[in-house]
Amino acid sequence: MSRLIAVIWLIIFTLPLRAEIEIQTITTPAGIDVWLVEEHSIPFTALEIRFKGGTAQDPPGKRGVVNLMTGLLEEGAGELDSRGFSEAREALAASMQYRAYGDVISISARFLSENQDEAIDLLRSSIMQPNFAQVDIDRVREQVLSSIRSDSTDPGAIAGQTFDAMAWGDHPYGSSDDGTTESVMALTRDDILAAHKAVFARDRLFVSAVGDITPEALAALLDHLFGELPATGAPLPEPAEYQLTGGVTVVPFDTPQSVALFGHQGIKRDDPDYMTAYILNEVLGGNGQDSRLMTEVREKRGLTYGVGTALLPMDYGELIMGQVRSDNSRMAEAVEVIQNEWARIASEAITEQELSDVKTYLTGAYPLRFDGNAPIARIMVGMQITGLPASYVIERNNQIMAVTMEDIRRVAKRIYHPDDLHFVVVGQPEGLTSTN
Amino acid sequence: MFRVFAFVLALALLPTLPRAAEVTTFTLDNEMQVVVLEDHRAPVVVHMVWYKVGGADEPPGKSGIAHFLEHLLFKGTDDLAAGELSATVSRNGGSDNAFTNWDFTAYYQRIAADRLELVMRMEADRMRDLQMTEEDVRTERDVVLEERNQRVDNDPSAQFREQTRAAQFLNHPYGIPIIGWRHEIEQLNRDDAFAFYQRYYAPNNAVLVVGGDVKPDEVRALAETHYGPVLPTPGLSERERPQEPPQLSERRLTYSDPRVAQPIVSRSYLAAERDKGDQTEAARLTILARLLGGNGATSVLGRKLQYETQSAVYVSAYYDGIALDDTTFNLVLVPTPGTELLAAEEALDKAIAEFLAEGVDPDQFERLKFQIKASQIYAEDDVLSLVHRYGEGLTAGLSIEDIETWPDIVLAVTEEEVMETARKVFDKSKAVTGWTMPAAAEGMGQ
Repeated sequence: MSRLIAVIWLIIFTLPLRAEIEIQTITTPAGIDVWLVEEHSIPFTALEIRFKGGTAQDPPGKRGVVNLMTGLLEEGAGELDSRGFSEAREALAASMQYRAYGDVISISARFLSENQDEAIDLLRSSIMQPNFAQVDIDRVREQVLSSIRSDSTDPGAIAGQTFDAMAWGDHPYGSSDDGTTESVMALTRDDILAAHKAVFARDRLFVSAVGDITPEALAALLDHLFGELPATGAPLPEPAEYQLTGGVTVVPFDTPQSVALFGHQGIKRDDPDYMTAYILNEVLGGNGQDSRLMTEVREKRGLTYGVGTALLPMDYGELIMGQVRSDNSRMAEAVEVIQNEWARIASEAITEQELSDVKTYLTGAYPLRFDGNAPIARIMVGMQITGLPASYVIERNNQIMAVTMEDIRRVAKRIYHPDDLHFVVVGQPEGLTSTN
Repeated sequence: MFRVFAFVLALALLPTLPRAAEVTTFTLDNEMQVVVLEDHRAPVVVHMVWYKVGGADEPPGKSGIAHFLEHLLFKGTDDLAAGELSATVSRNGGSDNAFTNWDFTAYYQRIAADRLELVMRMEADRMRDLQMTEEDVRTERDVVLEERNQRVDNDPSAQFREQTRAAQFLNHPYGIPIIGWRHEIEQLNRDDAFAFYQRYYAPNNAVLVVGGDVKPDEVRALAETHYGPVLPTPGLSERERPQEPPQLSERRLTYSDPRVAQPIVSRSYLAAERDKGDQTEAARLTILARLLGGNGATSVLGRKLQYETQSAVYVSAYYDGIALDDTTFNLVLVPTPGTELLAAEEALDKAIAEFLAEGVDPDQFERLKFQIKASQIYAEDDVLSLVHRYGEGLTAGLSIEDIETWPDIVLAVTEEEVMETARKVFDKSKAVTGWTMPAAAEGMGQ
């Protein structure tokens, strides 16, 4: 009868010994899995909700519909029109944010303990009973079109859309989440209703909560919130096929500083070599100020304000990608330095000292991410959707420490392919021309 | 009923605090002010040093020197090699950075709480012992020029904001961009940077704010050890910038650029800032901005312009009262397709005139007050923003008391007071109106 099961994970941070966060993994009576960290010292709760799928579920010819539908969730629901919904949310001093990304729809809520039930009722109506009134569709559509217009002359957005289109072709990954002016203009209320029905379902739901709430109260709240959600939604997207080869593509654009994106195919999140690849990326172009690329391109040569790389393991395709911005007169040099570094890490990997330093950094930085209710809830829901167990918060640093130089050398060869590295450069870069 | 397995252990150990962050303040013998914000929920500390010097304190012709110097602080000292401070923080799992505003320059590290002394020792070292080579200076100047490229020159809206701000301030250096004008950045040199550094980087011109899992007594002991011996700059007086003359004439600017795809109407009005011991006008302006331009569906301008006349895709009002001298109250409007900029501007003016005639909607006012109360609860969850609140306030001339009484002052504002302030601030003779347009489009001045 009672299906609320709480498993407790104690996390002992590696640096100071006394800090603890306790993740409870719970299954509600209605069968919803949720992770909870209780934090009763401040009277509010942060709730992070994810629906796997995202804008990659846009049907052919309907690019932008998931994004537009998501943007309309807060524009009136149940008895409330757009203004009424916002007024109700303000009166509760609650926050509810709705965003559509390539692989996921994200709903972030924050509400006070004193009016928690009213806040959940309002959140529920926005997910379960949005009105999608034509007048609101038309208004929000204009906002999306305005954003598409602005992107059309933004060098960073042009670079992103060019790279994506060349990398992924007709797959939704190959175009903007927003859609195009034409596709968005053509969307109807029926398209939006169909998208709503397709993406919100129990089989793709992930939830985490942190704050002033007990497991029992959270379970009751979630069963009320999602109890009537359909069990299944539309089929999830198909894998995308990477189509780009090595080279340079210049997109002429009259602006003083060129913007470049560069990359090639990457590594899946569930690949056994992922953590080793993550370490390599951190040394090449990760968050620390002293990555190889920051040292070579910025510190030694002053060619840029910032350069960085990231592993992008999306659900239906994966990339290793970086970005750099440099004056038109100096972009060619920046590209050359990056190409050389790419070749160097592929052939020589990294040094033992670099491996040791980056391990210290990554393991030391990890516990610092767990500050604040919403950040902890986001980390947990990210782990859930990636398929990681709650125990990962303990195991993660051990996995990093276990990576050997042998792993590093093997994986560096495996993941970095200098010949496949493709640069998309938007601007008037001197001495750079498209290769094909 | 549900059965929950025992989870009594960890939370029972937590001390019961009346609020998440306790505040302690004291001053060292060399006049360095120290603020400690306790939050023991996570084993993390934020260590920040705020200097009471920024872009508005630069010598004429040296725009950008405050920000350039901020970059150079990451070069070496007598004890630290170039880049060693950041590398040491990283190796210890922390992160560090710095930022410059018109009124302050701030440096911070976020790191495990037991590493506080490590970062404090390095930060104290670079307060007085900076060293840099000509080569460091040349390379870093190129980095700053690329930063300017990225933030301003590649973005027509940012370029135009520089122009409108320069028109807003007739005499005050708030009209000069923090990053500096390009032609002046290009000429900045090592001597400029050192002169600025030696005068302004001193304990009697700095505020230390430490937030997180620390005890005030241990912070005091560490600060006395590391910052205590640092010598103050003698004869540093209160900051006195050139002040604005009476602004008598409305200013209107247009900007056309082929990189603009979405036209915009902007308007800024000269407005009072939060003054030491006198924050009521700023509190009224803070409420006014939230009433006019908060959420599009409920705010005055959103309702009138996005919903009723449908002249705007987006409209917003913005005011930040934390500044040493007079600041601005800002409006921005993105017109709907087919709405000419002139028509959009007229609709904006009409909406403001209607608001002045209609007054405050009591329901909206009540909701806003409740949100402000709630934001104090939410703020307790974010130590970094609390650290900012103190550092920013103290370097903008406010006292600890001003910072702590601010929420109550805002909550005490009445509807009538908001309207009184609104009638005063919306004075076009003190305003700049800007039209951002695609190249060769409609409008004045073509």
